[in-house]
Amino acid sequence: MSETLLEVQHLKKYFPIRKGLWNKTRGYVKAVDDISFSVRRGETFGLVGESGCGKSTTGRSILRLIEPSEGKVIFEGREITGLPDEAMRKQRRDMQIVFQDPFSSLDPRHSVQRILEEPLIVHGIKSRKERQQRIEKLIDVVGLTRTHLHRYPHQFSGGQRQRIGIARALTLQPKLIVADEPVSALDVSIQSQVINLLQDLQNEFRLTYIFIAHDLSVVKHICDRVAVMYLGRIVEIANKHQLYDMPQHPYTQALLSAVPEPDPDLKRQRIILQGEVPSPANAPVGCAFHTRCPKAMQVCTEVRPQLLDTGGGHMTACHLYTPASSGME
Amino acid sequence: MAEVTVNPSAATAPVMEEVSGPWRDAWRAFRKNKTALAGLVIIVFFIFIALIAPLIAPFDYKEQQLMDRLKPPSSTHWFGTDDLGRDLFTRVLYGARISLWVGFFSVIGSIVAGTALGIIAGYFGKWADMIISRLFDILLAFPSILLAIAIVAILGPSLQNALYAIAIVNIPTYGRLVRAKVLSLKNEEYITSAKAIGMKNMRILLSHILPNSLTPIIVQGTLGIAHAIIEAAALGFLGLGAQPPEPEWGKMLSDSRQFIQKAPWTVVFPGVSIMLTVLGFNLLGDGLRDVLDPRMKN
Repeated sequence: MSETLLEVQHLKKYFPIRKGLWNKTRGYVKAVDDISFSVRRGETFGLVGESGCGKSTTGRSILRLIEPSEGKVIFEGREITGLPDEAMRKQRRDMQIVFQDPFSSLDPRHSVQRILEEPLIVHGIKSRKERQQRIEKLIDVVGLTRTHLHRYPHQFSGGQRQRIGIARALTLQPKLIVADEPVSALDVSIQSQVINLLQDLQNEFRLTYIFIAHDLSVVKHICDRVAVMYLGRIVEIANKHQLYDMPQHPYTQALLSAVPEPDPDLKRQRIILQGEVPSPANAPVGCAFHTRCPKAMQVCTEVRPQLLDTGGGHMTACHLYTPASSGME
Repeated sequence: MAEVTVNPSAATAPVMEEVSGPWRDAWRAFRKNKTALAGLVIIVFFIFIALIAPLIAPFDYKEQQLMDRLKPPSSTHWFGTDDLGRDLFTRVLYGARISLWVGFFSVIGSIVAGTALGIIAGYFGKWADMIISRLFDILLAFPSILLAIAIVAILGPSLQNALYAIAIVNIPTYGRLVRAKVLSLKNEEYITSAKAIGMKNMRILLSHILPNSLTPIIVQGTLGIAHAIIEAAALGFLGLGAQPPEPEWGKMLSDSRQFIQKAPWTVVFPGVSIMLTVLGFNLLGDGLRDVLDPRMKN
């Protein structure tokens, strides 16, 4: 179980800001700014944060759907950043993605049959019979029927479309699936169905998920370990019990205090953050969170905190937990 | 097809269902659109005439009967005769062949070239987009008829060259349309997902981008045929298109313009023919836009 499937090292994605007549680069939006983590085989790794914090960019950079600016992505011991096109194309069999918006992730002009068959054709499964068998099995697995195969995306509901999207991701029997907010666009009643489906599939096919979300209760339900992102950086990684019971980073604490509680009598401390999220084009020096942190210290404005193990695999990037930080660099 | 009968499980269930797809839905909506149907009827009528012209034409379109010059419409000459005693009904029938031929093929030429360039510019971007877009800008900087005249002047006046000129002049129209469409399609998640699946660029272009950019091209192309017919007529009128004795409608107008007072039928019939064909394509084009363009829905 503890074998590492994916390792991300110092991943960065900077989008240049071009302006003026000659498209000169006037700076960068640091969407993903030096993040590292590893994902174990068979686990569900959550990536949470508010919108614009770079979690989707991270997911897509890992699959090289967006070319990372710097850093390494190592999948099953093989570095895939820098793989030539053809090798990368083959590598994609093992790593798939499920998108947030089920209305734009399926080509409106293709029938479900064609949507599911395409990956198989692309990866050279020549026998039509074999393709058909796989497609029919998959459509059953995701809870649709064979009659659905001849329909077009606009004839389905959001939840059904998401099932089709999941089936497509599964056609190539991948090892890793990046689920980019797969339930955020769905009704709450449908969300739980799709999440249960994802969990069933994980058990059946030994899948590993990177589950990107902003809904903390969904993440708590499905994930084994969770990374919290803020302004393109990871501020905390821990298994879900550590994270939800004892959040360490002030940002995580604030985030968790915002989760609605079903019991109205339960009184609790809500941490209200001041100000706005700074622009990722102009991130603060030192700790990115210091402008809004209730516990900010002098050192936070100067030195960027490293993501360090505070015990039991609980990693936090905060000067509060690194007493020796004053001596660092 | 043989596969379906071999595989019984696939054959049984889906047959029951009503066949549906983007194109079939569009056809269903199209049938309800009265004006578009009227346009289609006019076009089919002219295509039919063009095809059977040799069978129904009472005379040879080149045949001059100098004794019967500028005769008004009668039972022998339904549309009258022109200044050389040629039967106008015959010439108008044959004119349909020329105008439709020029209309269709110049537009097909523009669409093929424009779509290819537009897709390359839109999908690959960067310097390819830079070069192609500036090329379009240059072409668009000239008034189209002036540019067509210049091209014909270089190639020499003939119907064939007029067709080339019209095709070249209209390339940017389709090119820009396709480029804009591709730019918006590129950000669709199903394109990203095609990449994630491991599809090659060429396949993504042909299988996803092209089919999805087709509808605006079809609409623009239909309207474009009307436009091309008028441009061909204009070039013919200026003596740069069809050469005598070819019965091109625009050419017939210019040849007869000095007789407008004395023999109005020489101008009326070719003129009405141009108007009707153009109207047909415009009606059809508008109708197709209503049916195919999702933004126009409700």
